[in-house]
This record gives sequence, C-alpha cells and structure tokens, in this order.
Amino acid sequence: MKKKNVLVACGAGIATSTVVNGALEELAKAHHIDVNLIQIKIAEISSYVETADLLVSTTIVQKEYPFPVINAQAFLTGIGLDKVKQDIVEELKKE
Amino acid sequence: MKHLQFDESFILKNLEAQSKEDAITQLATLLFDKGAVRASYIDAVLDREKRYATGLPTKGHAVAIPHTDIIHVKHKALALGVLKEPVEFGIMGEDSKSTPVSIIFMLAMDEEHSQLTLLQNLMGIFQDEAVLHFLMEEENMTIIKEKLLTALAVH
Repeated sequence: MKKKNVLVACGAGIATSTVVNGALEELAKAHHIDVNLIQIKIAEISSYVETADLLVSTTIVQKEYPFPVINAQAFLTGIGLDKVKQDIVEELKKE
Repeated sequence: MKHLQFDESFILKNLEAQSKEDAITQLATLLFDKGAVRASYIDAVLDREKRYATGLPTKGHAVAIPHTDIIHVKHKALALGVLKEPVEFGIMGEDSKSTPVSIIFMLAMDEEHSQLTLLQNLMGIFQDEAVLHFLMEEENMTIIKEKLLTALAVH
C-alpha cells in the first residue's frame, strides 16, 4: 500500500492542527499504518492539492477537492471522536 | 521550552461583554498591557475569529480559543475570560452555526507546530465537564490559576 499524504489543517497552523496532528500520529501507529502527516494553514492548501490523499481540518473548507475531507473538531471536544477516528482509519486503509 | 506567561492577573472573571468582539478585545488588550503581544495582535485576533471561528460546544459550558499568527506575539501567554453572561461565537469548522460561549481561553503562541502537550492538555480541559464547571463557579483567582496550571501541566 502506498504511503498516504494526509494534510492536517487549521486557520493559523498553530493550535488545533498541532493537537490533531499529534492524535493522528498516535492513531496511525495504533493501527500500524504508515502515513505522511503534513500540518498546514488552510490558506496554504493549494500547494498540496496535487499530492494529498486526505484532508483532516478543524476549519471550514470552502472548496471541493479531489480527495476526501474529514472534520476534526471531535479531536478537540471529544464529542463523536470514535466515529471520526473510524472514518479516518477507513480512509487510510483504502487502496 | 520558554515559560508560559499566566497568573491571576491574566484572568478576567465575571467578564461583562456585549459581543464576542467585545470579549476578544478585552482579553487581547489585557495580553497587550501585559507585554505578551504586539499592538497588532488585537486586530489580528479579531480578524482571524471572523474568518476562522473558534467556538467549541462541549458537554458542559461552551468554550472558545481565539488566537492568531505568531508574528503578533512576543511571549507565549494565556488569558482566561469567564463571562458573566455568555456571548455567541461561531463554531469552529461550521459555516454559520454559533454557540453561546461562557469560557474563553485566549492563546498567544510564539512558535508554530509546537507545544503539543500544552495544547493537548488544554483540549483535555474542554472534555472535562468538572473542570469547566469549576472555572465557572470558583471565585478565588489563585485557586483558578493553580487548577489551570495543574491541568495544563505547566507547573
């Protein structure tokens, strides 16, 4: 399986994406999935559209992208977190 | 890691605000008066909140974590605002939904992609109804400060 490029985005690229990035590192490790996590500000996304396989974002995504987008707010509030983790793992395991 | 600036004087308890802009301005001005941020921080954090809302509904009192780019920050700091009456904040990651926020954690971060433990612990507070309730009810600033520093593990 090809190593997937996962964008982890928030508005400033400082606070919430750092937390989500840390959580995804652990999640991938727990499921023995090798991923390439890239932490960005959402404004920088255009440079990554060609190479990304998945976007996990705590902020609003204005555009349609050629890869799936998962809302990461659950990593901050804990509400609905199991479902979001499951969705992410499924995406990462896709061929 | 440089020390996080936070003590009793970074807490605004029973904060009276007409709107989220009012609450943000009061907290950002406090951080400016404390020398933690540049004057540009105040408008920058207001502008960022408009574009990327930071309100988060929790299982207890809703919170917000206004912050902005590191160029506006001099020293890493945190300001806590506990509102007398909640004000509406846009919900993070939502187009137009809002939530009545009672507790504001204003972050002044001076490095990107860092402070993972501090930030994880902060998000841990949002998932802990008991701590959120405590922050609402407790009136003693020193006890609030101690509790928060312990929860953030920055003692």
